[in-house]
Amino acid sequence: MDRYQFLIALAVLAFATGLLGVIIRRNLLVVVMCVEVMLNSVVLAFVTFAARSQTLHGVAMTFFVYVAAACEIAVAMAIIVLLVKRRGSLDLAAGYELEG
Amino acid sequence: MGRLALIAALPLLGFLINGVVGARLPKRVVAAIACVLPALAFALTLERFVALPAGGAGMTETLFTWVAIPGLTIDVSLYFDAIAAVMCLVVTGIGTLIHIYSVGYMAHDRSFARYFAYLNLFLFFMLVLVLGKNLIVLFVGWEGVGLASYLLIGFWFEDPEKTAAGVKAFVVNRVGDTGFILAAFLIYAVVGSLDFQAVNAFFSTNRVADHITTTIGLLLLLGACGKSAQIPLHVWLPDAMAGPTPVSALIHAATMVTAGVYMLARLNGLYLATPSAMSVVAWIGAATALLGATMGVTQFNLKKVLAYSTISQIGFMVLACGLGAFAVGLFHLMTHAFFKACLFLGAGAVLHALQGEEDMRKMGALARKLPFSFATFFIATLALCGIPPFAGFFSKDEILSVAWSSSDGMPWLWLVALGASGLTAFYMFRAIWLTFFGTSRVSPEAAGAVHEPPPSMSIVLGVLAAGSLIAGFVGLPAVWQHALGVSAPFYAFLAPLFPTTSTAHGDVATEWLLMGAAVLVALVGIVLAWLRYGRAPEPAVEPVRPGPLHALVSRGYFFDTVYERVVVRFMDWLSESVLGRVVETTLADAALATPAEGARRASRWFARLQSGNVQAYAFYVLVGLALTLWWTATHD
Repeated sequence: MDRYQFLIALAVLAFATGLLGVIIRRNLLVVVMCVEVMLNSVVLAFVTFAARSQTLHGVAMTFFVYVAAACEIAVAMAIIVLLVKRRGSLDLAAGYELEG
Repeated sequence: MGRLALIAALPLLGFLINGVVGARLPKRVVAAIACVLPALAFALTLERFVALPAGGAGMTETLFTWVAIPGLTIDVSLYFDAIAAVMCLVVTGIGTLIHIYSVGYMAHDRSFARYFAYLNLFLFFMLVLVLGKNLIVLFVGWEGVGLASYLLIGFWFEDPEKTAAGVKAFVVNRVGDTGFILAAFLIYAVVGSLDFQAVNAFFSTNRVADHITTTIGLLLLLGACGKSAQIPLHVWLPDAMAGPTPVSALIHAATMVTAGVYMLARLNGLYLATPSAMSVVAWIGAATALLGATMGVTQFNLKKVLAYSTISQIGFMVLACGLGAFAVGLFHLMTHAFFKACLFLGAGAVLHALQGEEDMRKMGALARKLPFSFATFFIATLALCGIPPFAGFFSKDEILSVAWSSSDGMPWLWLVALGASGLTAFYMFRAIWLTFFGTSRVSPEAAGAVHEPPPSMSIVLGVLAAGSLIAGFVGLPAVWQHALGVSAPFYAFLAPLFPTTSTAHGDVATEWLLMGAAVLVALVGIVLAWLRYGRAPEPAVEPVRPGPLHALVSRGYFFDTVYERVVVRFMDWLSESVLGRVVETTLADAALATPAEGARRASRWFARLQSGNVQAYAFYVLVGLALTLWWTATHD
């Protein structure tokens, strides 16, 4: 297994871990952190491919991803604060208000 | 637009104007529009009539092609020949007079404009009927006059009884129309065309299997029976008297109800090819003439007496057609239009004077108070009874003579017709004595207001009475022609169109004898009516001993009862028990309830996906993404 294969495998593993956390964890903050893990695994994959192909496109994408992530976390934290104020709990399942 | 189309279009224009904006126009303008346009149509008809070439050729006007598919082309075309000329002159002439009469009669009605709009609509459809060159155009008019008749019978629609009478007329006519349509299909299947001239030519030159021709003839007769109120479909006409009296005069006496006779005459080539259907036509006509007359004897409603009289007189016309004497049938149609319209309008004048009282038991001694109305009514009655030299004498006598002597005629038919003619004299003079003579039985509050009709009504009565007096002279019977050395322009005019009509007359002495017998029977009828109703100061209004015969006749031979008990009950049972309880529930289950239950179950199942759990949604996204990736990987 060469270096690139190892890095991609690591990215896939991190992405899967993050996804699993998003789906099964009930703590809002943990879910948001798992989203960040998924973003970071994608960034890792970008960088790996950029290094392997000796181009800058993948590296450039990294900056975009971090800008988006920064905006996202700002909005997400605001929403979380409001939700916690409203429900008094960090539990995602505290109220299934949109049940069909 | 050609002139023939214009004849029909003028009343249509009147209908549109009065129907759309009539309610906002002053009554004077509405009346002017409604009367002037039919009068113009009459003038145009006269012009066309004068321009009509001799020898039976007609004028054709094709407006447009209505249906054009391979094997079937139907043109909307109009045809004006001698038959159409006679009908058009009667329709527009009598029609215009009755419009003028209506101005006075309906002057105080709330729905003045609506009335004239309907009346003009009727004229339009009637003209389409008589001018149509093929069965389809005729059928359009045929249904249209049925519609106008329905609208006008139920004109005072606040009264449920009158609305019901309109519905009855419409429904009974449907039965006849079914026969008409089936006949049209058969004619098309056999001839391949629906054009009258083509159909007549086909049947007179080609040999068609007897049973097919007879079937067509009988189906058409069914249509004629519905429209012309012949037994067994006559039941709607007495009820149709619920409409305003001028409507009864125009639609249910002079014009629409004679459409069946017109159709028989129009398709003479077809009928002459089927002697068996012809004898059925003759016997239906004779039976209707006799039964209609007997029913007229027992009625106390003045208008219903006239209604049964109309049924009976159209029976005479159908009888003439059934004997192949189409021209004689049309002649009686023409004279009948004059005197029956005059009788109805005279009855209308009486009703008008008595504030709508129709029961003859509450009339009497009106001759002195309404001398002019009485005089016109009396002239028309003499014409109807066949007293020479009034119009009805010449036409009815010719029918009797044909019944006796034509190749298809026989003494039995003659005897039946003679009996009907005697009864006609009896019930008409019964009506005269009950209405105009004897002691007054008018209710005191109505008696004070009795007055002669306004001039617009009197003039029309006068013109029609004059017509009843002289219209017969255009068609003198053969023996009179020889005796007086004159010709009969009416028969000469129609002769080229009925080439095979050879009314083989008996010898001159028999003719005079038959004529004498007819007059004698009419006089006997009059004398009997006088003995029964005229002699005593207080006429006996009830039968001496009301027996089963009286019950049978006065209830119209139980036609209505039988239809009610058999047809209506059966339909009720069918729709209630079979269609309502079995067919509808089964169909509704199969077509509606089962699919609805399926949809409800499916939606309940899908609703479970909407758990409200954000993480479940994220999972669905994951699954969807995975499936998309898998699909792209394997399919590319």
